[in-house]
Amino acid sequence: MSVLYIVVPLAILLAGAGVLAFAWAARSGQFDDVDSPAERMLHDD
Amino acid sequence: MVANAGPLNAPQTLRRAATARTSCRHCGQIVPASTSAADAAFCCHGCETAYAVIRSCGLERYYELRQNLGDTTPALTSDRTYADFDEPTFRSLYTRSSGGVSRCDLFLHGVHCAACLWLIERLPRMVPGLIEARLDLRRSIVRLSWDDSVVALSRIAATLASIGYPPQPARDRKAREGRVREDRRQLVRLATAGAIAGNVMLFAAALYAGMFDAMDPAHRQFFRWSSMILTLVALAWPGRVFFTSAWAAIRTRTPHIDVPIALALLAGGAWSVYTTVKGEGEIYFDTVSVLVFALLAGRFFQSRQQRSSADEVELLFSLTPSRARLVDDAGVRDVPIEALTPGVIVEVRAGDSVPCDGVIVEGDSHVDQSLLSGESRPVRAGRGERVAAGSVNLSSVLRVRVESTGEETRVGRLMRLVGEGASRRAPIVRFADRAGHWFTLGMLLLAALTLCVWLAIEPSHAVDHAVALLVVTCPCALGLATPIVLTLATGRAARRQMLIRGGDTLQSLSTPGIMVLDKTGTLTHGRLTLVEWIGPAAIRPLIAALESGSTHPIARALARDLAEPDAPRTPRVDHLEQTTGAGIRGLVDGVNLVVGSVPFVRGLAADPHALAERAGAFAADGLTPVLAAINGTVVALAALGDTVREETGSTLAALRSRGWTLLIASGDDERVVRHVGQSLGFLAGECLAGQSPEQKLALVEGLKSRGKVVMVGDGVNDAAALAAADVGIAVHAGAEASLAASDVYLARPGIATILELLDGCERSMIVIRRNLWVSLFYNVTAAGLAVAGMINPLLAAVVMPISSLTALGVSLRSRTFGDRP
Repeated sequence: MSVLYIVVPLAILLAGAGVLAFAWAARSGQFDDVDSPAERMLHDD
Repeated sequence: MVANAGPLNAPQTLRRAATARTSCRHCGQIVPASTSAADAAFCCHGCETAYAVIRSCGLERYYELRQNLGDTTPALTSDRTYADFDEPTFRSLYTRSSGGVSRCDLFLHGVHCAACLWLIERLPRMVPGLIEARLDLRRSIVRLSWDDSVVALSRIAATLASIGYPPQPARDRKAREGRVREDRRQLVRLATAGAIAGNVMLFAAALYAGMFDAMDPAHRQFFRWSSMILTLVALAWPGRVFFTSAWAAIRTRTPHIDVPIALALLAGGAWSVYTTVKGEGEIYFDTVSVLVFALLAGRFFQSRQQRSSADEVELLFSLTPSRARLVDDAGVRDVPIEALTPGVIVEVRAGDSVPCDGVIVEGDSHVDQSLLSGESRPVRAGRGERVAAGSVNLSSVLRVRVESTGEETRVGRLMRLVGEGASRRAPIVRFADRAGHWFTLGMLLLAALTLCVWLAIEPSHAVDHAVALLVVTCPCALGLATPIVLTLATGRAARRQMLIRGGDTLQSLSTPGIMVLDKTGTLTHGRLTLVEWIGPAAIRPLIAALESGSTHPIARALARDLAEPDAPRTPRVDHLEQTTGAGIRGLVDGVNLVVGSVPFVRGLAADPHALAERAGAFAADGLTPVLAAINGTVVALAALGDTVREETGSTLAALRSRGWTLLIASGDDERVVRHVGQSLGFLAGECLAGQSPEQKLALVEGLKSRGKVVMVGDGVNDAAALAAADVGIAVHAGAEASLAASDVYLARPGIATILELLDGCERSMIVIRRNLWVSLFYNVTAAGLAVAGMINPLLAAVVMPISSLTALGVSLRSRTFGDRP
C-alpha cells in the first residue's frame, strides 16, 4: 500500500495544476465577460 | 382644392384610430409623413445615415438578426467629427499603445441586443486599419485595437456614430479595472477553496471507510496529515477573508455573521491540528474546508450582483456633454467642458445638449428641459432667458453665456444630491447580521456549558464535544442560502426586465406603504398624441404634410397622427414659413394653410365656427389646442395631450386594494395633473403639480416620517427623490442614469410591472424566512445532539452539507419572480 505515498501527492499536484490553469485563465480575463461570448458564437459567419 | 369641398358646416369629432403605417427601415419605428422623397422609409436622418453605411459595407444581415430579437431604437447619429479623439491629451488619458497598435475602451450609446454585438464586431470590415472590436454587451463598452499608421481613432469613432452608436471615452477606467481585478481574485480564491474541499473530502471518505476496516495506523496518519496541510492552505488563503472581517467586527464592536463563521472555522481547525499532531482524536478538516468553499460561493454571488450595479453608475457620466463649442475672437472651437469658465460664450447647435447653466445672448429656439423639470412640453427660449445644463436645444442655434459648469450646475447639484442620497441611505441592518450577533453569544454560552457539563461527566471528551458544537452549528444556511435567494430572485427579475439593486429592496417592497408616482412617462405615455379632432377629415393629410416640415414636438405629433396611412401621394408643400413658438404656414397643394396656436391663427384668420372657444375648453382640460385655417377661415381644431396608459387605471386599483397609499407628484402644469389625477381616481389633495426636483425631494423626505416611501419616477428629474425614498423605482425606458439613483429599474414601459415586482418581492421574502426556519431547525437539533455528546466528525460532515443543501434546494425550487425555473 506504500504506493499511496506516491499516488496521493501526485493527485494533489494534478489538482494544483488544475487550479493554476484556472487561475491563469481567470487572470487573463477569460471570465470577465460571460454574457457576450454566448451571443457571439451564434453569429459567426 | 380638396379642403374647400369638405363639410365645413358640420365639424365632426373623430377619435384617433390606430392604423398601420410605414415603419423605419433602420429602427422599425413609425415613419412620420414626409414631404421629401416618396420612397423615404426612415423615421429620421440618423436612421437613414446608419442604414446607408451598414448597406454599403454589406452588413444587411444585421437587420435579419435584429428582426428575430425585436428590440430596436432609432439611431442617434450626429455630425461630430470626433477630432478631439486624436488630440494628445485625449490619447494620454484614454489610449494605450504598444508596437504600433493602440487600444482604447469606448462607452457606446444605443447598444441593446445581440444584433448590436454582431454589427459592432464587424466594424473592422468598415474601417481599414481597425484590427479588432470586442463589445462587452452588459457594460456597453467596446474595446478597440487599431493600427495607428493606417487609421485615426476619430475615424473609427465617427463610423461608430454613423451606424447609430455614438461613442464616449469610458471615463473611470481605474475604478472599473479595479472591480475586474477583484472579480478575478475572488474567482481564483473560490476555485482553490473548491479544489481543496474536494480533495479533503476524498481523504475523509478514505478515513471513514478505514474506521470499519482495520486501517494501517501509518496510512491513517498520512491521510490526516495530508488533510491538515490542505485545510490549512484553504484557511490561510481563501478562508482568510472570514478571519479579517471577523477581526474587524470584533475590533469595532459591530458583531456580524462572520464572527460565528470564523469561530467555527478556528475551533474546528485548531482542535483538528491538535489531534492530528497528537495522533489520536477526532478531526474536522473536511467540514472546515467545505464550509470555506460554500461560504465563499455565497459571497461571490453577492458581490457579482453589487458589481453590476456599480457598472451602471458609470452611465451617469454620459448624461451631460463632455465637449462644448466655445465662441471667442478666433471663431468657434470645440473644447472640453472643463475649459469653460463663467462669462465665456458657447454655441449650442440644434439637437445638442446644453453644456452649462447660462443665459441666452443670441438666438431664439425651443429647449426640452424634461431632464430637469419633467415638463413634457418644450419651452420657448429666447435672448435673456436661462437654460440649464443637460436640456436639449431643439430648433435653432443658440449662443449662451456660461454662468456655471460641472458640479455647480443644476444638473450637477442634482447628481450630488443623488450621491448623498445614496450614501445617506441608512444601511438596513441585515437580518442575518443581527441574527449572527445573538447567535455568536448563544453558541459561546452553549459551548461553555457543554465544556463544563462534560468536564464533570467525562473530562477526556469535553473539549471534543464543545468543538463539535461550534463546527456543526456554523450558520451556513444564513451565510449561503440568503445571498443565493437574493441573487436568484434578482436574476429572474432581470430576465423579466425588472432590474433590482440589493436585497434590502426586496424586503422593503414586500409590505405596503406610501407610493409617490410621477406623471409624465409613468402614468402617461410621456409624449404628445392627437386626442381630439374637430374638422373635416379631408384636410388632415394637408396639415400632416405641412407639419412634417418642422421638428417641433407638436408638429411631429400632428404629422404622425394626422397622416393618411395609404395615401397614394404626399401633398406638395411650398413657401413653408415657421414662426417660432406660434405656428407654421405654407401653400399645400395650392391651398393657403395656417396651423398653430390659438392667438397666432386667430390673428391671421376669421373664426365662423367659434372653434377658438372650444379650444379654450380643451386648454382648461390640460390639453394643447391647435387651430388650422384655410384661405383665411378657421376650419379645424386639434387637441394634443399626453394620454394615460391603458393599464394605469387597473394597476392603481390593484395597488390601492393591497393597502398602498398613492400620491401624484409631477413637474407638469396644474390643469394637466388635476385632469389626469381625476380620471384615475385621485383626490385633489393627492395630486401635486408644478413640483421641481427639489420639491419632490422635500416631499419624499417629509413623507418618510409617516412610513415607508416608495417613489416611482422617470429620468434624472426625479433622481434625487428616487434616491431619497426608501425604495426608488425608475420606470422610463431610456433614462439609464435613473438606475444609478434608484433601487429598481423597470425596463418595460408603464407601471403594470410594479404589481409583478411586488409579488416577486413578497414571495422572495417568504422563501428567505423559510430558509431561516430550516437552518434554525438544523442548528437547534445539531446543537442538542452536540451538547448530548452525540456528534462525531462523520455526523458533522453529513449534517452540515445536508443543512446547506436543503436550504439551497428550497431556494432553487421556490417561485420568486415569474414561473418555476
